[in-house]
Amino acid sequence: MNRPLDPGSWQYRELNSRAPTLSTLSDTLIALAEEGHPIVAGSADLQYSNGLVGFARRYPERFIQFGISEQNMVSAAAGLATTGLMPFVATFASFLALLCCEQIRMDVAYCAQPVRLIGHHAGISLGFYGTSHHATEDLAIMRSISDLTVVAPADGAQFAAAIRASVHHPQPIYFRIGRGHDPVVYDQDTPFAFGEAITHGIGDEITIIATGSSVHPALEATRALQAGGKSVGLIDMHTIKPLDEKAVLAAADRSRIILTVEEHTILGGLGGAVAEVMAEHGGTLPAPSTRRGGVSSRRSSPRTR
Amino acid sequence: MAAEAGDRAYEGAGPPFILGYHPLEHGRNSMNTTLTQDEITRLEERARFIRLETIRLISIAKVGHYSSAFSAAEIFATLYYDTMRIRRDEPAWIDRDRFLMGKGHAAVALFPVLADLGFFPKAWLDQYTRLGSPLGDHPDMRKVPGVDFSSGSIGHALSAGLGMALGARILKRDFRTFVMLGDGEMQEGQVWEAALAAANHGLSRLIAIIDRNGFQLDGRVDDTMAIEPLREKWEAFGWDVSDVDGHDVVSVAECLRRLRDDERRAKPACVIAHTIKGKGVSYMETEPGWHLGYLAPADEARAIEEIMAGAAR
Repeated sequence: MNRPLDPGSWQYRELNSRAPTLSTLSDTLIALAEEGHPIVAGSADLQYSNGLVGFARRYPERFIQFGISEQNMVSAAAGLATTGLMPFVATFASFLALLCCEQIRMDVAYCAQPVRLIGHHAGISLGFYGTSHHATEDLAIMRSISDLTVVAPADGAQFAAAIRASVHHPQPIYFRIGRGHDPVVYDQDTPFAFGEAITHGIGDEITIIATGSSVHPALEATRALQAGGKSVGLIDMHTIKPLDEKAVLAAADRSRIILTVEEHTILGGLGGAVAEVMAEHGGTLPAPSTRRGGVSSRRSSPRTR
Repeated sequence: MAAEAGDRAYEGAGPPFILGYHPLEHGRNSMNTTLTQDEITRLEERARFIRLETIRLISIAKVGHYSSAFSAAEIFATLYYDTMRIRRDEPAWIDRDRFLMGKGHAAVALFPVLADLGFFPKAWLDQYTRLGSPLGDHPDMRKVPGVDFSSGSIGHALSAGLGMALGARILKRDFRTFVMLGDGEMQEGQVWEAALAAANHGLSRLIAIIDRNGFQLDGRVDDTMAIEPLREKWEAFGWDVSDVDGHDVVSVAECLRRLRDDERRAKPACVIAHTIKGKGVSYMETEPGWHLGYLAPADEARAIEEIMAGAAR
């Protein structure tokens, strides 16, 4: 029998103390379900890691345990969506975006099913668990799939707002989130709209464009540079696709340097998306230089023999 | 019935189409499992219609999966003209039984059926695979009314069907979900993930039908990657397994009626339909190379002749 961890148990409290925004997904889905939205949730043996154990406790008949079969979960979510339900399925971003790439392309995006894919523990947030558990290519892969919206919220409040906004979003969505202890960037009631970046300022010298878990450190860096007298701005590009090109161009019009920051390889993710905009508008801009910050595309250490 | 563009003379050969012998509301348990002679004749005529339309459509495309469609002709006919709860002219009816094709490459046999049911204009068939046509080699649910799920990449359909069956349970709807799988498809790992999950969740209204025609692109299935013992595998995965002669409409229809109506069964059901790849055209039955091909006019005439003769047998 499936006996979820008791939310009152020390194990659950321990999880929540280490990852205070861990319950954002579950809490928001419970609230939406209580408002009458046809929410269903699925997890592939990670209901404690993504917090869906809370939703499973509250709505056991609407929670589906798929076991360790992520591809089956994604295709089944598409089947669930055809019946009018709104499925949220969650697993580590590394498995969701890479292992299930073809199921996402065929069954979710090509079939135009409004599935919400939650890739959690994205980037290198799983640290010493190693490369198998790192998702540093997911944005590039997901961004290239037609009709898929790609979002990387900066913190728990923005994630909750994005989940709420998704109820009225007809397309499938890939959410890229961290491991549940992102520092707070936004107030609970900060508005959110897909495809509309949040501009925290445009700098004459540099405008940083950051996404997801990189927004908070980028904001701190921006403030430190501003304190040192530099003209630096920051754009939170929470939606990687569709990209808010207007926000990029507004910055490019004024800043000498556009610097992208993301917890992702510099190939094809936010940096790639911004560089595409810069390249295509090359003739019409003052031509600021573009720099991509992220994980190097090269392996840093040689193979041990 | 007024002839539409795309109709052919042979289409009128059978009795007029009547949707389902079963009422559209609940309580299918009282339905008879045994077919009448009229029902048998009608299903055989519809299987013939499917084969002839397959030949006609592929002659438009100039390449296609003849033999994959022929092995499944009686299964398509039985599902759409006997087993499934559907409403003519209403492809999106919320309580319709669902059909998914793991072997999406046999969609050429599905499209004439969907047109015949009034889900889209028959004239669409005349433009099969032409630039701009909604009808391609694989079924696209966004373009073709009546296609319950898109396919083409082998191995996904049972998972998607699993999702539909889960959805039915959550929404307290009683529709059945039928998934046609190829036997070569058994080599895809995702099929077995879905098989595990369907049994685990006790989805008795999910019914898989394996078209066991014995061939795949590279040759015989069991020479390419052996899948036997198939029955034992599905049983071990927790499914109720039936074997049928996939070209005998009585065998197929009675089995599907029984599985559809059996409310006591707690397990999902798997039907292994023993079929012949290319069934109905002698030179295809013995030549696996017809998985994908194109008939020259003389061969096409012979194929049509044989299919019609098979009807007289």
